[in-house]
Amino acid sequence: MTLRLDIAVALAVIAATASAIAADRGNELTALVREDCGSCHGMTLKGGLGAPLTPDDLAGKDAASLASIILDGVPGTPMPPWRGLLSEADARWIAEALKRGLPQ
Amino acid sequence: MNRRSFLTAGVAAGLASPALAAGEAPACAPTRGTGDLGLVIERASGSVLIVDTTTRGVVSRIEGLGDLSHATAVFGPSERYAYVFGRDGGLTKVDMLACRIDKRVVQAGNAIGGAISDDGALIVASNYTPGGIKVFDADDLSELASVPAVGLGGKQSKTVGLVDLPGRRFAYALYDANEIWIADFSAGMTPVLTKFHDVGKLPYDANVTSDARHFIAGLFGEDGFAHIDLWADKLKVERVSSGYNAGREKLPIYKMPHLEGWAQSGGSLVVPAAGQHEALILDLDTMKEQGRIALHSQPVFCVARPDGREVWINFAHPANDTVQVLDIPTRKIVHTFKPGPAVLHLEFTPRGHEVWISVRDADRIDIYDVRTRAKKAEIKAAKPSGIFFTARAHRLGV
Repeated sequence: MTLRLDIAVALAVIAATASAIAADRGNELTALVREDCGSCHGMTLKGGLGAPLTPDDLAGKDAASLASIILDGVPGTPMPPWRGLLSEADARWIAEALKRGLPQ
Repeated sequence: MNRRSFLTAGVAAGLASPALAAGEAPACAPTRGTGDLGLVIERASGSVLIVDTTTRGVVSRIEGLGDLSHATAVFGPSERYAYVFGRDGGLTKVDMLACRIDKRVVQAGNAIGGAISDDGALIVASNYTPGGIKVFDADDLSELASVPAVGLGGKQSKTVGLVDLPGRRFAYALYDANEIWIADFSAGMTPVLTKFHDVGKLPYDANVTSDARHFIAGLFGEDGFAHIDLWADKLKVERVSSGYNAGREKLPIYKMPHLEGWAQSGGSLVVPAAGQHEALILDLDTMKEQGRIALHSQPVFCVARPDGREVWINFAHPANDTVQVLDIPTRKIVHTFKPGPAVLHLEFTPRGHEVWISVRDADRIDIYDVRTRAKKAEIKAAKPSGIFFTARAHRLGV
């Protein structure tokens, strides 16, 4: 119950500070990042074939440029452009969630 | 629950759905063979299920294996011990009969699979951080050797596509250095290394055919494969099927294709094309491309039925709810079905009468009759990914 409340609070904070993403969509994006981005970046986001994406690793990067990497990929590497599957608001939400630490 | 009541409950529940609630860890029956056992990775919970392909049921759940995203397993020659390679560098030796962890070490920061020598004595892990391979005693997991993967450019590289070859040898690719190495441990724990440079850009995975003749690495940075004929007197790398994306858009890849379990059938090899909704058929005699098969989406695994007649294929996100069956003689897709959300892996029973399919987002393993295509049973599993049956102990190139 407490955990659920914490998540709700966290989502409320995120909604207030960043793009407006519904709680359900936030849960979907969290699952997407862990499960599908996780196939290269690791489920715990400590890296794999792709770079680690923990808050420490992303400390020097701003959310806007991370969001544009998510949307447009990194040419010459396996990082694909997610535009088409994710909206700009989705990408921004993921970028900020990664910098803050993705909810469990 | 004690052992007797678990077994009774299993009988009472019938064979179709011996579901095991999370956290339950029934004792198992140690006096039995292991040839029809297997191991299912529960990637999110750091646990594995020991499963029985005869009863289509769960024997036991074992927890405490760390981060199992992208985990793989190999089996010792007795088919009693499984060696599970986790993403977090964990190497866990699982006793399939006693249903417990026999030994566990954390051998690297970040790892990507492993292999076992033909004599069953050496376990080798392939690592991302720090790159390179490490060799462990299969008995007690003590470290016997560490071989950094520093390519010609002088930088440490991630190692990928590690396979075991006859004669205590292991082949693998250096992802960041565009190299393939063969490490020979037949004379001791200081390996003789054979290195191939400039094999092609970004080799992302590799495998060897079941006769240990053809080692093939998939290239991510260019359209093609790097091939070594291991039966040749003088080993060399040749490019295969270069340019299969030529003249058309290479699509974004949301999950890397895998060469593990690739489909060797007669004189042909079916491999996933990177960046196309296609599988490629390579002629193993000439190593020329024989054909391209249009598919539902981008393939991840192309797995041959054990007799080689059919190839069963799953797909990358976001089209990963589907499996297709390719008939080799006619080269036609003869069956398409949707097991459920996020089909991550499939494994045939050793003689190929049934296939087990992990449906991650349904928290389920589905078991299908291969000939009638009918679903025979479902098994509950928490976010299942890889499925590994003990028969792998006696096969090359799995």
